[in-house]
Amino acid sequence: MARTVWDSSVGKKTVMAVSGLIMLLYLVVHMIGNLKIFFGAGEFNHYAHWLRTVGEPFMHYEWTLWLVRIVLVLAVVAHATSAYQLSRRDIKARPDKYVHKKPRASYATRTMRWGGIILALFIVWHILDLTTGTVHSGGFQEGHPYQNVVDTFSTWYGNVIYVVAMLALGLHVRHGFWSAAQTLGVGSRARDRALKTVANVLALLLTAGFIAVPVGVMTGVVS
Amino acid sequence: MKLTLRVWRQKNADAEGAMSTYQVDRISSDMSFLEMLDTLNEELILNGEDPVAFDHDCREGICGACSLVINGDAHGPERTTTCQLHMRSFEDGDTIDIEPWRASAFPVIKDLVVDRSAFDRIIQAGGYVTAPTGAAPEAHATPVPKPDADFAFEHAECIGCGACVAACPNGAAMLFTSAKVNHLNVLPQGAPERETRVLDMVGQMDAEGFGGCTLAGECATACPKGIPLVSITGMNKEWLRATRKAGKR
Ligand code: HEM
Ligand code: SF4
Ligand code: FES
Repeated sequence: MARTVWDSSVGKKTVMAVSGLIMLLYLVVHMIGNLKIFFGAGEFNHYAHWLRTVGEPFMHYEWTLWLVRIVLVLAVVAHATSAYQLSRRDIKARPDKYVHKKPRASYATRTMRWGGIILALFIVWHILDLTTGTVHSGGFQEGHPYQNVVDTFSTWYGNVIYVVAMLALGLHVRHGFWSAAQTLGVGSRARDRALKTVANVLALLLTAGFIAVPVGVMTGVVS
Repeated sequence: MKLTLRVWRQKNADAEGAMSTYQVDRISSDMSFLEMLDTLNEELILNGEDPVAFDHDCREGICGACSLVINGDAHGPERTTTCQLHMRSFEDGDTIDIEPWRASAFPVIKDLVVDRSAFDRIIQAGGYVTAPTGAAPEAHATPVPKPDADFAFEHAECIGCGACVAACPNGAAMLFTSAKVNHLNVLPQGAPERETRVLDMVGQMDAEGFGGCTLAGECATACPKGIPLVSITGMNKEWLRATRKAGKR
């Protein structure tokens, strides 16, 4: 069955939808967690520590976190691979452009591929910046995420990269959430408005919630 | 009306094509778009030139033979077939661009004519019911609930013109295939092949080199018969159901 799914354009799209929804669920939780930065270093750092102890005593220290990381890596790889392969197929299916050009589809629809590439690059930068500290500006301190976040958003490029990526995320989710519903066959005429509304609200909340953090640092609310 | 036409001319499948410019005069606004092209062709023939090849048959919007991308829109600016489009939709002095359907699964044969036999092969893969032939059965022998009959009829309206493929930025045949799958899968007559139909038709669609759906919605906007975008959602649902069932067997 796995073969049937992966070999079909409809099946591959299903993989893209499911992996996208897994990432979306994670991002909602992640965004809410990030907002704890507005309650001070103590609470934020405590929260970050708690993430490592979730599930204890059944789970060992960091086991749950690693489980989540593995699921996310699998989702990103599945999503990007199916997106790449389907995009290749789509471009090959329409090699000749029309001479008479017209503006087509909505902005969010047309930016899915570029938006996806921006998000992929962002994910790599983001992990190297705030998880491993490899490209972090000013001494990265393991276990002090509050200070690390403030450092990142004290650089202009840190803010620019982050804000651009979050705008791309909003557009991606706006079309993506609704698309995933169609791909999984749960959309319908009666539900269409509701699905589009949920997609817009999700996109707006995610983008606004994530961008609140660098704005907080830039305005000195978080320091 | 006096018009400037820019028409895609291509000698055969292997030749390079290009847009050629023609002037046509004394076009009545009551003419259909195809009658306007007939006028151009009569002139070309009189001048000893090769007439523009284009597909047409019924000229009443029911056969699906006519095609043409007119000013970037499949079947032109109105929601109808090219044969049912009238020149009153244009202004005197307009320049009109006329191009063939574009998709690698629909190769150009000559000028504005493309090979749409890929659609026939999708139908052959499952777009039928294995019903006993003979005299028409008594209409009440197989009851069909009214909503199902309406749903089937809405999808049965698809005339297989291919405008959906032409309009799709990915050259996808999802709207056409979904119209056929939904039409038959909802009816009791189509039930025996419900799973194999959707799996085989989608498989053939992929094999023909059509693209995939990115839900841009261009197909449903172009469709002269108003097949809605949610048809694709319905086919996805059928495909997932059939795949799950096949996995259990
Ligand atoms: C690795 C980075 C990413 C790449 C390369 C990427 C690329 C793509 C592409 C090309 C599509 C198809 C667009 C279309 O149908 O026109 C897509 C759909 C989607 N993406 Fe992403 N994306 C990425 C990250 C994300 C993230 C972080 C999320 C989480 C919110 C996400 C959620 C979705 C969803 C829900 C869909 C809809 C699936 C469907 O159409 O059924 N993507 N993505
Ligand atoms: S779905 Fe509409 S556009 Fe596509 S082939 Fe059928 S009638 Fe033509
Ligand atoms: S010629 Fe038959 S539909 Fe246009």
